[in-house]
Amino acid sequence: MSDDPRTRTGGGAPAKTADRSGWPLWEVFVRPRRGLAHHHVGSLHAPDAELALRNARDLYTRRQEGVSIWVVPAAAITASSPDEKDAFFAPAADKVYRHPTFYEVPEGAAHL
Amino acid sequence: MSGCNTCSVHGHHFPEPGDGPASGLLGQVEAAEAALRAAAERGRPGAPDGAAGDTDPQEYFTALIEADQKIEPRDWMPDAYRRTLIRQIAQHAHSEIIGMQPEGNWITRAPSLKRKAILLAKVQDEAGHGLYLYAAAETLGVSRDELVELLLAGRQKYSSIFNYPTLTWADVGAIGWLVDGAAIVNQVPLCRCSYGPYARAMIRICKEESFHQRQGYEILYTLAHGTPAQREMAQDAVNRWWYPSLAMFGPPDRDSTHSEQSMAWKIKRFSNDELRQRFVDMCVPQAEILGLRIPDPELRWNPERQSYDFTPPDYAELMRVISGDGPCNRQRMARRRRAHAEGAWVREAAAAYAAKRAARATAPTEVAA
Ligand SMILES: [Fe+2]
Ligand SMILES: [Fe+2]
Repeated sequence: MSDDPRTRTGGGAPAKTADRSGWPLWEVFVRPRRGLAHHHVGSLHAPDAELALRNARDLYTRRQEGVSIWVVPAAAITASSPDEKDAFFAPAADKVYRHPTFYEVPEGAAHL
Repeated sequence: MSGCNTCSVHGHHFPEPGDGPASGLLGQVEAAEAALRAAAERGRPGAPDGAAGDTDPQEYFTALIEADQKIEPRDWMPDAYRRTLIRQIAQHAHSEIIGMQPEGNWITRAPSLKRKAILLAKVQDEAGHGLYLYAAAETLGVSRDELVELLLAGRQKYSSIFNYPTLTWADVGAIGWLVDGAAIVNQVPLCRCSYGPYARAMIRICKEESFHQRQGYEILYTLAHGTPAQREMAQDAVNRWWYPSLAMFGPPDRDSTHSEQSMAWKIKRFSNDELRQRFVDMCVPQAEILGLRIPDPELRWNPERQSYDFTPPDYAELMRVISGDGPCNRQRMARRRRAHAEGAWVREAAAAYAAKRAARATAPTEVAA
């Protein structure tokens, strides 16, 4: 499941683990909507779980892509707490201009 | 054979000018996403997914590529495939990061609160794109820190386009329309790249790029329909950004060194010249609607080719800019180095704080004593 190169079994160059900032890698899982499972969306570096969640929100849910995030270090799973959820994702709702539908496309303009 | 077959089934179709926005670039990204799911469900014919069994790893790798299946981080892959991907994804990530600078210059000077908020969101997206891509590169066994060091040492490149200056507000419009537009034409086929983490990152990125292109187009449209001075500013921006945007597709096919192998590995799906042509054919009708002129006296419709003939960019200039001698190379690198150095204490402090809390959590009695 993990995309972490350190668990990689394939051939090729040996995995390098030099992490000069000392920030571990976290895998990020997002539940897109109520009723759907969390799915893997990517990874990021963060010094601890709290910052990993904050960074994951900024990085992977700028457009309300999710209602819940898990960040997973080597062994543990951490979920964003449900009661924080509304405030946690609120900033996306008032930034409608992040979606292409916000813009008026003049009559006849194609491929935009 | 199976590759060609799949092409015709899923169709690497770019709509002709005149197709509505709904069937445009976003439609192609969604088609790529659907194809990715379909391939995952189909699996590799005659083999349980993921299990290489006792087959030769090279053969298995080739069979996966042939069957349009994705290569995933834990799969065996040829060293050259891994190196090619690391180089390409890193260069792409660096471009997103450096690419924040030309537009970031205008955040404080945006003409309205609305435009300022939009530009902030766009520049934030570009930072996000850089991070998605560094994460994809890391699945190949390099660390982000290594890649950042290679960029800062000038040993890895970023797109030449970001070495041009943004002189007026209209440049922000021209970047959105032309630079993000060219990036999308380049990147939509990468949504079908054979390496899974890269393809998935590109799907995410392309969906966001659509807003970037439209906001730029809207800026130019507004200026082009404003006062004569605003109109002139818009035209001037298009004049300056047109050829550097054409150069974003890289050297002409005859000089392109990495293309053939990348095509065979299905990392790259179309040649530089094909994509450049596609971009020109897309822009001409868009420019007409803007009421702005594309600065190319040779530009004309060729009914035989069903495409526009156009003047290619100055490839000698492209090579000069790539090798470090563009108008803003030094400024861009100096700014990135300074930002990285000035952020060092934040990274260190956060790591120290996390270490201290971890130590307290594991050894509470020692802390109390
Ligand atoms: Fe981007
Ligand atoms: Fe963009």
